[in-house]
Amino acid sequence: MSDSTVPTSSGQAASGSALLLLLKARTFIALILVLLFFSVFAPNFLSAANLVIMSKHVALNAFLAIGMTFVIVSGGIDLSVGSIVGLCGMVAGWLVLHGINPGFGWSIQFNTFEICLIVVAVGVAIGALNGFLITKLNVAPFIATLGTLYIARGAAMLSSDGRTFPNLSGNPEYGSDTFRWIGTGNILGIPVSIWMLVIVGVAAAYIARRTPLGRYIYAVGGNEKAAGLSGVRVTRIKFFVYMFSGFCAALVGIIIASQLVAAHPATGDTFELNAIAAAVLGGTSMSGGRGRIGGTIIGAFVIGVLSDGLVMMGVSAFWQTVIKGIVIIAAVVIDQAQQRVEARAALQAQAALGK
Amino acid sequence: MKQPEKIHPVGLSIRGGSKVYPGTVALKDVDFDLHMGAVNVLVGENGAGKSTMMKVIAGVEQLTSGKLILDGPEVQFRSTEDAARHGIGIVFQELNLFPNMTVAENIFISREKTRLGIDIDMAAQRDMTRALMKRLEHDIDPDILVGDLKVGQQQIVEIAKSLAQDARILILDEPTSALSAAEVEILFRVIDDLRASGVGIVYISHRLEELIRVGDYITVLRDGVIAGAQSMEGVDIPWIVRHMIGQASKDFAKEIHHEYGPEIFRAEQITAPNRHGGFDVQDVSFSLRAGEILGIYGLMGAGRSELLECIIGDRRDYRGDLFVNGERLTSRTVAGRIAKGIALIPEDRKSDGLVQILSIRENMTLSSLKTLTRGVHLSLKREAETVRDFIHRMTVKVASPEYEVSSLSGGNQQKVVISKALMTQPKILLMDEPSRGIDIGAKAEVFRVMRKLAAEGLGIIFVTSDLEEVMSLSDRIIVMSNGRISGEFTHGTATETALVEASAKGHAPDAPADPEPKDATG
Repeated sequence: MSDSTVPTSSGQAASGSALLLLLKARTFIALILVLLFFSVFAPNFLSAANLVIMSKHVALNAFLAIGMTFVIVSGGIDLSVGSIVGLCGMVAGWLVLHGINPGFGWSIQFNTFEICLIVVAVGVAIGALNGFLITKLNVAPFIATLGTLYIARGAAMLSSDGRTFPNLSGNPEYGSDTFRWIGTGNILGIPVSIWMLVIVGVAAAYIARRTPLGRYIYAVGGNEKAAGLSGVRVTRIKFFVYMFSGFCAALVGIIIASQLVAAHPATGDTFELNAIAAAVLGGTSMSGGRGRIGGTIIGAFVIGVLSDGLVMMGVSAFWQTVIKGIVIIAAVVIDQAQQRVEARAALQAQAALGK
Repeated sequence: MKQPEKIHPVGLSIRGGSKVYPGTVALKDVDFDLHMGAVNVLVGENGAGKSTMMKVIAGVEQLTSGKLILDGPEVQFRSTEDAARHGIGIVFQELNLFPNMTVAENIFISREKTRLGIDIDMAAQRDMTRALMKRLEHDIDPDILVGDLKVGQQQIVEIAKSLAQDARILILDEPTSALSAAEVEILFRVIDDLRASGVGIVYISHRLEELIRVGDYITVLRDGVIAGAQSMEGVDIPWIVRHMIGQASKDFAKEIHHEYGPEIFRAEQITAPNRHGGFDVQDVSFSLRAGEILGIYGLMGAGRSELLECIIGDRRDYRGDLFVNGERLTSRTVAGRIAKGIALIPEDRKSDGLVQILSIRENMTLSSLKTLTRGVHLSLKREAETVRDFIHRMTVKVASPEYEVSSLSGGNQQKVVISKALMTQPKILLMDEPSRGIDIGAKAEVFRVMRKLAAEGLGIIFVTSDLEEVMSLSDRIIVMSNGRISGEFTHGTATETALVEASAKGHAPDAPADPEPKDATG
């Protein structure tokens, strides 16, 4: 009675926890299975070159999915990320090509670092706009970000009249010739974009697990009212998640523009759906309060490896889409099974205390 | 012993009923008789199996073994609809209403009055709702959204819903937990009415005086077995308690005597408008000294909870000033108020107190993460230590602090909420109905904690609708009515009659909700 924490022990609990472990690690198991499958059936799948290319593809979706995970965990949704990718790519392209022209017959040119800062600021600003609409004007997240989806896409189109900004090689005089390096460079044999993903991923996982901010995001998604009454500044938390999502989208915009050495205003179309899919595949609950950054990244890899592997096997693109859909639905079904097993384990342990 | 079956026939019985959940036995070989035209009260601590037994009768759950007998033949209810067809209605402890629908729509949900089976006859539903509300002596508009109603009024809607089904057997699971004295009286009149017309009523409550008053037969459950069952004759509170917890004691009223400190909190002329152009809280001023327990008593909708919402900063549309230790509060956010030493334990644990899907640990530390953080880094080790410490101090029964808080019983959940508030090291603790929906054992513990905290110098403001609670716990009592303070009593001057009279000032059941204009000038 005095010390009321007791260990749970019984054979039944042990088998239950083994099942639980299996369910919890399901996305990881799925990733291993997918990798094994393609390494047998797809030629050259395991070659170093292919793995690097694949991880570069995956990284783009993973960035967006990390930002999306925070948003979904907080109980919202961010449909605007794909458009932010497009707009930020165009802003990057514009800055590399033209700089900023204040209209006095001369223009301000920027080096690569400054360009990145400005582009990121644009992404974060659109995220802040989402946050403002959702918290201050009480627009539902789905509608607010649907609105900014159109606004950002339209702005991207307007910036070039729908044309592509080509040849973003930069100018050594301005220090912007290193712009290409972001998308194509390597450090220690690993692409820069992968390093960036590692940094953002680790930072996001740290925020989620080891900072009050992270805890507040989960609390707001779990029960906004209770979180507010507990002293959580709900408005700030929501601003943060949408701004972080905008930040991630801006990074993707920069990386794509740099990889392609061009910026096209339609870039990033429907990327938001892939990001949501990766987050859900990784165990993020659409009703908020539950999800992990690690799970999301693995989810992004499953989706990415699946589509690249199917391409290498020569499976039709149409079938790929069908298979992706099935995988996502299966993931959610298994997730619900996990919730049930977990809840039952907790109730049993609690009942074992004799109430 | 007399033979009550002759007067009140047995309508429904359970013979040898057992219900086994994975890992736990909720009911063990239970025999239960439900008498028609009588009130069958059912009592027991949380987790004793009361709700499980009622769920079996209402068709929500099925017995693992044993028989359910209705008017002679054995029956099996596969669903609530199945049970409802046999005339069994249940008002759940957790309200099962749709906040996004109107009162009338809720009452007729899935049994809509229709023309030709397609078009819903709204007018007929509205009329019937009005008639039901009249019978329940409540003036609730059939077209108002249930989400806009107070909890007490929602309870009334639940009861109306069962009445609308012409239930022969009506199960009321803690119907009064959210009602105030006057509303309870109305409910009892309704129960008398139903009883006279031959309805068999099962009445579950933690309020023992109520059981004595309203009951004809009593069944006490303890740990899934029947600990006592007889007619109400000769049953008193010590009898019930003895059968419930196996000993005749109820010592939450014991006072730890101590001196009060200086004034730590003062409210000056707090006035908060409501949506209907009147006031939820009007011109409320009071002060609180360190170590003092101030009880706020009043009817549902008297503005008590709203007053606490103003103090914690959840409502910002009020006028007036608040002072902590003589210093005027300038911050209007909840976080700012918590930083100044105010903490709230909300009335509705489920929707306002806890984040159900987070773990016990995460819920406990939610308000005090800053003290566990250096820079941006949250020390999980220190967090775990603090949580372990509080689980120990508050005697929360948990298998592991990592489990979801929803796996706990009501009393333990409440202790988690209290722990969360105490971790912020408050000077003033606001408690809104702290004993709502928790069993007598947990209640006594909560009250003991309140006493102890007060003795340690905390100022406590607690809101309750329970007369006995407010009388025995408070050092001073404020009674609110219609948003105003209608009486103030010390421990010596408070009597039950005086409190009830003060709480009813200008508040007859059919009086308009808003105060008269001439009151506003005075």
